[in-house]
Amino acid sequence: MSTAIASPASPVRPKTSGLSLGVLLFRLRALIALFVLIAVFSVLTPSFFTAQNLIILVGQTAINAIMALGMTFVILTGGIDLSVGSTVGLAAMISGLLINRGVEIPPLGVVLYFNIPMVILLCLCLGLLVGAFNAILITRFNVAPFIATLGTLYIARGAAQLSNDGATFPNLVGNPELGNTGFPILGAGSVLGIPIVIWIMMIFAAVAAFVAGKTPFGRQVYAVGGNERAAELSGIYVNRIKMSVYMICGLCAAMTGLITASQLVAAHPAVGESYELNAIAAVVLGGTSLSGGRGAIWGTIVGALVIGVLTNGLVLLGVQEFWKKVITGLVIILAVVLDQLQERFQQRLALKRA
Amino acid sequence: MTTTHQPDSSARGPFQGGAPILVAEKITKRFPGTVALDTVDFSVYAGAVNVLIGENGAGKSTLMKILAGVDRPTSGRLLLDGSPVEFKSTREAAQAGIGIIFQELNLYPNLSISENIFVARELTRSGVVRHRTQEQVTAELLKRLEQPLSPGMLVRDLRMGQQQIVEIAKALSQNVRILIMDEPTSALTGAETEALFRIISDLKAHGVAIIYISHKLEEILRIGDYLTILRDGKLAAAAPARTVDLPWIIEKMVGRNVNAPRHRTRVYAKEADRPVLEVKNLRLPRVGGGYTLENVSFTLRRGEILAIFGLMGAGRTELFECLMGQHPESSGEVRLNGRKLRNETIRGRIDLGMMLVPEDRQRLGLIQKLSVAHNITLANLRRFMTSFWLSDRREMEEINAIIRSLSIKTQSPTQPITSLSGGNQQKVVIAKSLLTEPQVLMLDEPTRGIDVGAKAEIFEIMNELAGQGLAVLFVSSELPEMFTIPDRVIVLSKGKITGEFLHDALSEEALVLAAGARRQTEHPVTAGQSV
Repeated sequence: MSTAIASPASPVRPKTSGLSLGVLLFRLRALIALFVLIAVFSVLTPSFFTAQNLIILVGQTAINAIMALGMTFVILTGGIDLSVGSTVGLAAMISGLLINRGVEIPPLGVVLYFNIPMVILLCLCLGLLVGAFNAILITRFNVAPFIATLGTLYIARGAAQLSNDGATFPNLVGNPELGNTGFPILGAGSVLGIPIVIWIMMIFAAVAAFVAGKTPFGRQVYAVGGNERAAELSGIYVNRIKMSVYMICGLCAAMTGLITASQLVAAHPAVGESYELNAIAAVVLGGTSLSGGRGAIWGTIVGALVIGVLTNGLVLLGVQEFWKKVITGLVIILAVVLDQLQERFQQRLALKRA
Repeated sequence: MTTTHQPDSSARGPFQGGAPILVAEKITKRFPGTVALDTVDFSVYAGAVNVLIGENGAGKSTLMKILAGVDRPTSGRLLLDGSPVEFKSTREAAQAGIGIIFQELNLYPNLSISENIFVARELTRSGVVRHRTQEQVTAELLKRLEQPLSPGMLVRDLRMGQQQIVEIAKALSQNVRILIMDEPTSALTGAETEALFRIISDLKAHGVAIIYISHKLEEILRIGDYLTILRDGKLAAAAPARTVDLPWIIEKMVGRNVNAPRHRTRVYAKEADRPVLEVKNLRLPRVGGGYTLENVSFTLRRGEILAIFGLMGAGRTELFECLMGQHPESSGEVRLNGRKLRNETIRGRIDLGMMLVPEDRQRLGLIQKLSVAHNITLANLRRFMTSFWLSDRREMEEINAIIRSLSIKTQSPTQPITSLSGGNQQKVVIAKSLLTEPQVLMLDEPTRGIDVGAKAEIFEIMNELAGQGLAVLFVSSELPEMFTIPDRVIVLSKGKITGEFLHDALSEEALVLAAGARRQTEHPVTAGQSV
């Protein structure tokens, strides 16, 4: 289409000024905080900034980061998913069930065992299903995300406990005769000297960043979170977007469950309890607005790393577990306060220009 | 009322006689991207109905919010009985005797009438609410307002008009000296309106100053004592009501110095050409009986600009909502290029070539958290796809092109959308619509809340688009806009088409008559017909 409306061309060029540099530094505050923390811990304890510790640190962070990636999409649409911790537990238990016990098919009298890639695939599908369940409650039945996923939190946790009467599936090494060995590699293996867990995090993060930043889907996620009704009038299928983000979130949680079970070589029904809060904390620390529409994937990774560094560094310093919690809480609150300040700051800027 | 009016119809500024009870002096209020009020003076007289008039976006509601303590002015001051006051909350304003009844009622439907009236200032004895006393006081208030309602009734069980009465009772219970009513009759039936007018004259007799905001000019001339007219955030005129007439009001409201774009004679394709859009017997049932739209039929050709004129509540916005498929309960036939539309989604209709620029830019048009660029491309992202992802280069090329062609004033496309002025925000919504390559562009009050210069630009853009073959359909409640660019004007009143005029056959009188033809006032308005 050519909308050749005659008018003097108004040159459009970006302006950089001292003000916008300030805004930029403010936006990068999570990253700055991360470097400050790393510097402080490196000075305070020599064992912090070593290759060995950093790999442990990133490995610990990865579990939270993968969950937080999925959570970021949900929060970008203005929703929340409280069920991820339980999904972690459920996926872990189902992987344990599939490996140790298989699937019994009564009429044939056979027990079906899957190989490890199939187990992983089935558990990921389970995560997608949990997400779809949340999304149906939210879009079809108009249940507030907080409540819908709170319900799912209980259901999934109960299901995890029911799957083995509350007992652990131990020793998930598989049986060579059944062809389902190798599960522990997921959590303990490494490629090119870097643990597989970290590779998974990096791949998930890269895909998530690409999807959020470079695809129409990503743009629509931001639009739905920014103004749902305007997005709808722009021809966006709001419910489809919501369905997708909750499914992505479920998938990421299931991945986390698999990794956790693999690392422990066991599936415990209580695994993943309160993980949802760590994931939300990472997202918020990364600068994503809980009201939706604003935030970035890389921010979530940085947020997860901040929590990881804080936890790891405080342990190395020998800080008591209880104090660690207090400090983590303070950091989260500080992050949100800064977030509010940024919003007010930008509004003032907008006013000044008017 | 004791004032004697000067027979000077061009009177501006302070009136003769009777000191005003409340004066707003040089009030300015800025919002991001726009100046809602620009050094406005407003005087309120006791025992009189002080009417505030203005087009949509002229700043009436903003001024009211400042008087009632909801908002604070960026600059300027308020004088109550001659001494400066500053309200930090509605509570402080209420303590000073200023009550407000909002356009959208602020009642709690789950609470009883008396609980609503005493909400947040319950009558208590040692911390316990004295329900019986509250209900007694409420009963007295309702008696004074001639309403046979029981104080214990839940507000949700009341009709709109009755709820309005509860709001008034609430204001009265606080001993108001100044009562602000923002479009109080917009949801009332004819009989309820009459009851309200009786209450207003009773309040006047008790010395209460009424500040009355309304779009309905005939109402204003009937009950108004003093008129203050705002235009584009500025004071346009102020005069005693007896000294003025309807044409004067309209002139001051819209201003005559707008160099609005002229209608252009277009050469149409032959008469035999099929219309792009055909609407036949469109009906939209209303909750609680009746129809919001009744048997609406019209056609629209390529390159034609069709305007739909109507007052508030005429069904204009609902018509567009029906056309965009947002009312599955509507019936009738809509054909686009001869193809009958059935259950197409909004996306489906956009893909077929229909696009809506909604009336409420902030709520329905823009994603405030996205940049100018991302708002522009939102409705047709597929256009910028290369295999799986969005091509930044192609996106930026088109964004820059459309920013230039619509002269959108922005520092850069990556600016937040909220940093733009209202007119430029509107252009962004239009740009977004154009990138969907529409064949029928529908604009709902496209000039609402934007300054005069931008209005002219928006019309010029619409003119250009029609020149390129786009079918343009827009609705407006602003009479002068009908005389600018439309080739044809349809008048909508209470959901029915009550008139159709070609550009050459337009007259203000005919339009106003058609728009108000089915109005159910018990007292026919004479002033309204003397335009």
